[in-house]
Amino acid sequence: MKLRFISRLGLAAVILLALSGAASAASKVKAVASFSILGDMVGQVGGDRVEVITLVGPNGDAHVFSPTPADAKALASADVFFVNGLGFEGWIERLKKSSGFEGEEVVASKGVKPLRMEGEHSETIDPHAWQDLANGKMYVANIRDGLIAADPDGKSVYEANAAKYLDAIAKEERAVKAALDALPVARRKIITSHDAFGYFGAAYGLKIIAPQGVSTDSEASARDVAEIIRQIRQAKVPAVFVETITDPRLLDQIARETGAKIGGALYSDALSGPDGPAPTYLDMFRHNVEAITQALSS
Amino acid sequence: MIDAVIDPFIEFAFMRRAAVGCLALSLAAPPIGVFLMLRRMSLMGDAMSHAVLPGAAIGYLLFGLSLPAMSLGGFVAGFAVALAAGLVARSTLLREDASLAGFYLVSLAAGVLIVSVRGSNIDLLHVLFGTVLALDDSALILVASIATVSLVVLAAIYRPLVLECFDPQFLRSTSRWSSPTHLIFLVLVVLNLVAGFQALGTLMAVGIMLLPAVTARFWADDVSGLILVAVACAFAASLAGLLLSYYANVPTGPAIILLCGVFYLVSMFVGRRGGIVWSLVPRRHLEA
Repeated sequence: MKLRFISRLGLAAVILLALSGAASAASKVKAVASFSILGDMVGQVGGDRVEVITLVGPNGDAHVFSPTPADAKALASADVFFVNGLGFEGWIERLKKSSGFEGEEVVASKGVKPLRMEGEHSETIDPHAWQDLANGKMYVANIRDGLIAADPDGKSVYEANAAKYLDAIAKEERAVKAALDALPVARRKIITSHDAFGYFGAAYGLKIIAPQGVSTDSEASARDVAEIIRQIRQAKVPAVFVETITDPRLLDQIARETGAKIGGALYSDALSGPDGPAPTYLDMFRHNVEAITQALSS
Repeated sequence: MIDAVIDPFIEFAFMRRAAVGCLALSLAAPPIGVFLMLRRMSLMGDAMSHAVLPGAAIGYLLFGLSLPAMSLGGFVAGFAVALAAGLVARSTLLREDASLAGFYLVSLAAGVLIVSVRGSNIDLLHVLFGTVLALDDSALILVASIATVSLVVLAAIYRPLVLECFDPQFLRSTSRWSSPTHLIFLVLVVLNLVAGFQALGTLMAVGIMLLPAVTARFWADDVSGLILVAVACAFAASLAGLLLSYYANVPTGPAIILLCGVFYLVSMFVGRRGGIVWSLVPRRHLEA
């Protein structure tokens, strides 16, 4: 008897939830993006029609994210959920299940040609595809289609926003290519912790050497560090870059020992806050390219 | 063979720095571990290592990646917990181990909370603890200074400390030095844990304090002998761990602590004082 009462209560709650979901969808489309770069892109395409909630915020590390109840709540009431895919967000399946999300999931990297990454024990797919602006354009197209599917009424708005955004990306792409082409070929190589720049290097002709494996959560061994130092000495790498989200002390040590220059911070997996140097996807590219060209041209 | 041992240290400055840092740590931490063991406070080292976390986290949040701020914060938090536990033990019904457990768990929870409240979830544990492969000048100076201070202070309070280990009632009845000795000793414990975090870069820093001490128990009887064996064991584990990390491509901190653990297991079986193997060998009974 009691059980039946509870199940009825549950049913009522579900109906209420569904109703409230429908009501809010009428005003604004609720979109959840898994990390800050994707969140910025969704905001650019969605404009005023879409309310974007980002799970892994600015300066956060999406590799080791642990969702909070508030995140699950945001996802449960979302109409559409944007993820990077390519194995970037390992925590996503569990969160989706536990939050009871039933909306549309859009994989932003759909159609991207994945780069293989040679790990220590196996070959894996490099998830950081947005570091190539050509892939960024595919992300935008996927986001646009996802938003249209979730909110057909806004089709013309999304198409116009996306077209404008794609133009801006294409313009930035030409600027990046021009800036890096101006560097002497022999100097086009950098060291950076956490190899998130595989796509960037492949697209713009920059050799990237990383002192750590694929993810931020493995600790370097003495041999890893020794090999990097040997590599820098042999290849005469001019600059070492500190990424925003890993331990800078290891890179300081390597720079000290090899005499390579320490460049500024590069943004890879997360944007900076609104007052930082990389508050949006395109700002991130401008910032990174400026830091790289400054360190390599001197 | 000799070349294989020496070459990495000749070729790479970071290996030399790591070796110096570990050796400095091995000089001071194992003797303190010996006293912890003799006073039946072995597990306190582990509890204290967690208690240090919130202080280091607050130091990091306020001043960024600053060695003095994080070390000082860690020291203050660790010492506060030790002191509070001692006070509660002396003034209430609670025994010291129970009150320490209470305080360190609160401190640990506060640490985890502070770490995650910061909005962004950078893996703070990576930042809070240095890595043995990235010891810069200031970290080396910190570790070496703490080792020096610890050894000098240990020498100064050696007699009352030994007495307190074996006959605390006697010390309390004949001297005013019982409480001060205990306090100074607690300061040394926390100081060496802070140094250990810098040098070894993990919560396992407490391993280099205690594992050599319990290993020594199987080889020596008197306190000075225990200290000598413990320091030698820590030295050997540090250098061998670095080389293991270099040749076998495994993380350095855990390699060093695991080698300490291997020494301990081996000693447990073949140690001259109470090793298991010797107790299996039948000995002649003394006959009247």
